[in-house]
Amino acid sequence: MQTLDTSASPQRHVLRLNNVVKRYGSLQVINAVSLDIDEGEVVAIIGPSGSGKSTLVRCIHQLETIEGEAIYLDGELLGYRHEGAHLRALGPRDIARQRRQLGMVFQQFVLFPHMTVEENVMEGPAQVLGDSPADARTRARHLLGRVGLADKVTAYPQMLSGGQQQRVAIARALAMRPKVMLFDEPTSALDPELVGEVLSVVSDLAKAGKTMVIVTHEIAFAREIATRVVFMEGGRIIEQGPAQETLSNPKTDRLRTFLSRVM
Amino acid sequence: MGPESDQGSRTTAQSLECEVSTMMQGAMAISSTLAPRLSETPGDSTDVATARHRTSPLRWCVTVLLVLMALQVVYFMFTNPRFEWAVVGKYLFSANVLQGLGTTLLLTVVAMVVGTVIGTIAALALLSDFKPGRVAAQTYLWAFRGTPLLIQLIFWYNLAYLVPKITLGVPFMAPFAEWSTNAVITPFLAALLGLGLAEGAYMTEIVRAGLSSVDTRQHDAARALGMTPAKAFFRIIFPQAMRFIIPPTGNQVIGMAKATALVSVIAMNDLLHSVQIIYNRTYEIVPLLLVAVFWYLAVITLLYAFQSRLERYYSKGHRRDTTEVTPASAHT
Repeated sequence: MQTLDTSASPQRHVLRLNNVVKRYGSLQVINAVSLDIDEGEVVAIIGPSGSGKSTLVRCIHQLETIEGEAIYLDGELLGYRHEGAHLRALGPRDIARQRRQLGMVFQQFVLFPHMTVEENVMEGPAQVLGDSPADARTRARHLLGRVGLADKVTAYPQMLSGGQQQRVAIARALAMRPKVMLFDEPTSALDPELVGEVLSVVSDLAKAGKTMVIVTHEIAFAREIATRVVFMEGGRIIEQGPAQETLSNPKTDRLRTFLSRVM
Repeated sequence: MGPESDQGSRTTAQSLECEVSTMMQGAMAISSTLAPRLSETPGDSTDVATARHRTSPLRWCVTVLLVLMALQVVYFMFTNPRFEWAVVGKYLFSANVLQGLGTTLLLTVVAMVVGTVIGTIAALALLSDFKPGRVAAQTYLWAFRGTPLLIQLIFWYNLAYLVPKITLGVPFMAPFAEWSTNAVITPFLAALLGLGLAEGAYMTEIVRAGLSSVDTRQHDAARALGMTPAKAFFRIIFPQAMRFIIPPTGNQVIGMAKATALVSVIAMNDLLHSVQIIYNRTYEIVPLLLVAVFWYLAVITLLYAFQSRLERYYSKGHRRDTTEVTPASAHT
C-alpha cells in the first residue's frame, strides 16, 4: 500500500489557506477563507449551493486563480514565487509541477474517453511522473484492484456505470501519489444506488490515513468519515469543528437551519 | 388487424410512401373484416417476428427506373465510338501520365501536410487569449479564404516580379544572406505555397471546430494530473478533437487531389497537364481526359478507404458496438 503511507511526523499543516479571496468580476465568491489542514485529516466541506465550496477546492488546485491572499502546500506558496521583495506568478510548467502533489476528483468524473480504464490510470504516472510503462501499468492494476475494478482494465469509460467511472477517477488521482486528495462533490452526479460504492472507496482511503478535502452533500457520510466539518455559506466559513460534534450540536443558527433542510 | 398493419418505421423521406400505404390499409381493412379473424382467437400463435416485410410500390418503380438509367449509361459508354476506349487503354499507363499522377499525389500529400500544420497553429492562435495572435490568424483566414486559389497560384509563381531577391536578416538592416527569387520559387514550390497556404485557411476552421468540440472539463482533468499545456494538448485534447477533425479533413483531401489540377496553369507537370500535353499533339481530347478521370477516381477511392480506417481508429471508446459488452448504464 505504497500510496497510503503517511509521514511519521503528525500535526503538520500540509495545506494552509490564508484569507483566500476569489472574485468573478464584482461577485465575491470566496471571502477571506482561512483553513489549516493537518496531515491525515479528512475535512468535509458542506454548505448550500453557491456557497463557494467547489470554487474553494478548484482554487486549491489552481484551476482557478485567487485574488488574495495565499495558499501553501507543504510550506510551498502555490502559484507564485518570491523575487526579492516582490511576488512573481509562476509559469505553466511550475504550476503543473505543484499540481502533481494534489489529486482531484471531479463531480462529472471526466475520464479520458479515448483511453481504456487502465490507460486512464497509467496516464499520470507514465506521462507526467516519468514512470516506466511497465511500472505504471502494475501500479494502475493495483489501484484498480483496490477500487474493485480489476476486471474492467481494458474497458473504455463509456462502457462503465457512473459509479464505476468515479472509482476509476479516484484511482487515476491516487496514481499520482498526491499529498492531498481533493473531492469536488464526488457523488452528486450519480444515481442514488451508485453513491454507496463510491463513498465506500473514499471511506477506505480515510481509514488508511489519506489527507483529504471533500466537498459533499452527504451529511451522514461526512459525520461518519470526516475528522472535521467546515460549513460554508456566502463564500465564508460560518462554522467548523470535529465532525460528530459539529453536526450533532451546531453552534450557529445558519448551520442548524442548513442541517434541518438537508437531513 | 393482421400483420399487414405493421408499417415499420417512418422517415420524412417516406411521407409519400406513407400516403400510399394509408390508402392500401383502407382497402385491406375492408378485406380483413370479410376474412376469418384468426388473429383474434385467444391463445393464438401470432408473432410479429414471422411477418413479411412490405416494400412500397413506389420503391419498386424507382428501382426499375434507376436500373434502366444505369443500363442506358453503360450502353452509351460502350457503343459511342467517340470515347475511343482503345486510345484510353493506350495512354492509361504511359510513362508521362504516370509521372503526372506521381506529381499530383506528391502535391496532394505535401500540400495537405503543410495546410494541416498551418491550420493547427492558426486554430490554436484563434482559440488563445493572446490578442495579437488572434488578429493575425483572422487576417490570414480572411485573405486566403477570400481570394480564388487560381489567383493565389499565379501570384506565387510570379513572386519574382514583386520581390526579385529573397533576403534573410533583421528588417530594415543589411541582410545576412540573399537569393534570387526565380531560383528559389520553382513551379513546385509556387504550387506548394499556393495550395498549402490556401488549404491552411480551410484547415484552421476545421481544427478550430474540432478543438472546440472537446469538453472543456477535459482541460481541467488534464491540468489536474499535473500536465503542462503542451502535454495536455497532445495527449488529451488533440486525440479527442481528431474524431471531429477527420471527416471534414477527408473532404479537404479529396478537394485537394482535384484542386492540384489548377497547377497546370503554372506549368507544373501534374496529371491534368500530362494529358493536356498529349492531346494538344494528338487532338484525342475526350479519351485523354478519360485517362485523367480514371486516375483521379482511383486516387480518391484509395483516400476514401484510408479515411474510413482513420475514423475507426480515432473513434475508439466511442463506438456503439463496444457499449454492448457491459449492460450497465453508460451515462448518469
